[in-house]
Amino acid sequence: MQPDLQELVGRVALGDEKAFAAVYDAVVSPVLGVARAVLRDHAQSEEVAQEVLVEVWRTAPRYRSDRGTAINWILTLAHRRAIDRVRSVEAAAARDNKAALLARTPEFDEVTEQVEARLEREQVRRCLRTLTEIQRQAVTLAYYRGLTYRQVAEALTLPLGTVKTRLRDGLIRLRDCLGVTA
Amino acid sequence: MITDDLHLLTGAYALDALPDDEREAFERHLAGCEACAQEAAELSATAARLGLAVSVEPDREMRGRVLGRITAVRQDAPGASPVIRSGRAALRARLVSRWALAACLAAAAALGGTAVWQHQRAEDALAQAQRAERGSEQVAAVLAAPDARTRAVVLPGGAIGTVVVSHGRDQAVFAVSGMAHPPSGKVYQLWFDDNGIMRSAGLMNPGRADQAVLLRGAVDGASGMGITVEPTGGSKQPTSAPLALTRFPA
Repeated sequence: MQPDLQELVGRVALGDEKAFAAVYDAVVSPVLGVARAVLRDHAQSEEVAQEVLVEVWRTAPRYRSDRGTAINWILTLAHRRAIDRVRSVEAAAARDNKAALLARTPEFDEVTEQVEARLEREQVRRCLRTLTEIQRQAVTLAYYRGLTYRQVAEALTLPLGTVKTRLRDGLIRLRDCLGVTA
Repeated sequence: MITDDLHLLTGAYALDALPDDEREAFERHLAGCEACAQEAAELSATAARLGLAVSVEPDREMRGRVLGRITAVRQDAPGASPVIRSGRAALRARLVSRWALAACLAAAAALGGTAVWQHQRAEDALAQAQRAERGSEQVAAVLAAPDARTRAVVLPGGAIGTVVVSHGRDQAVFAVSGMAHPPSGKVYQLWFDDNGIMRSAGLMNPGRADQAVLLRGAVDGASGMGITVEPTGGSKQPTSAPLALTRFPA
């Protein structure tokens, strides 16, 4: 990611609108991508992405870099806003359909001209393949579909305890494959 | 729930897969468990990579909309780290921020330059001050109206304005910051757009870069508003191409 995103967010915290424009340019694609993956709807994901970006502006003075990088903060915000929306609009009944849920895989093949984004996508896809089938399904349903771990358990017909450990083990494997440090 | 069991929730937590109540309980647990906090941070960073992998290009117009919106949003004070709220709390926060927006614009209005600037009539200072005060009350009332809707307006030179319409009050406010001064002997004039027919909505204060102006007259079904540069004193009909023409938010 942008090496200077931290510094830009620091300037946004001081009310610098130019710095905000640069932050916008750096993060709008993944913010919109997260919203689109979860919400599956063009108009709604744009709305959520805009709300998230305005929230980045509003809450930047309270962002603390010792709690995580700026991109993590912003994407967590985006993911939570998107799942708030999806959990509030989708009827519980509609989510019981396991086949439908599993059929909706994330849009990894979306065309993008940005080399950096393509490389990132390739690497994540490769590392997801190192997970067991159940780990991958559980992680995918939770992150890209916005399901709670209880809903994941229902969708995959697994005990709650199993889903908790699969989510954790899957992410740990993904972390090690991607070489993520916090 | 025993600690070991809670510790297993780092993955679900990082993926935002905990219901609100369990997330809150887990966050309390994190505060006292350094190893859990470290793992949760790493797994959250991993989850962010899942987000980066699905980037999509936004529509071009979104940039102007977002950069326009933030000019009217007051930033939080530094302090506690941002709490990423969900559900009801987020709704409350959005309502609060809407009020904060109204209060912010109203405060700007109270500083002056609120009422439509009247060049047509020479007025003594007292009458002008009274007019400004009445204007600012009306500006604040429009901004705080429960049915107030806003839309950003991008002006040449990069200044960004916001038009706020309350159909209930049948009034509209145009707020702008960083607007270039009009050329000497000229003034910015506002117009209601009655389906292509322009109806004067008053003049802006030529001396101020930042102002919130109540459009003169009722919206009365107008579909939008425009801004033109006119000779001092204003014109009955626009005499130049509009700097900006925008539809009112529905």
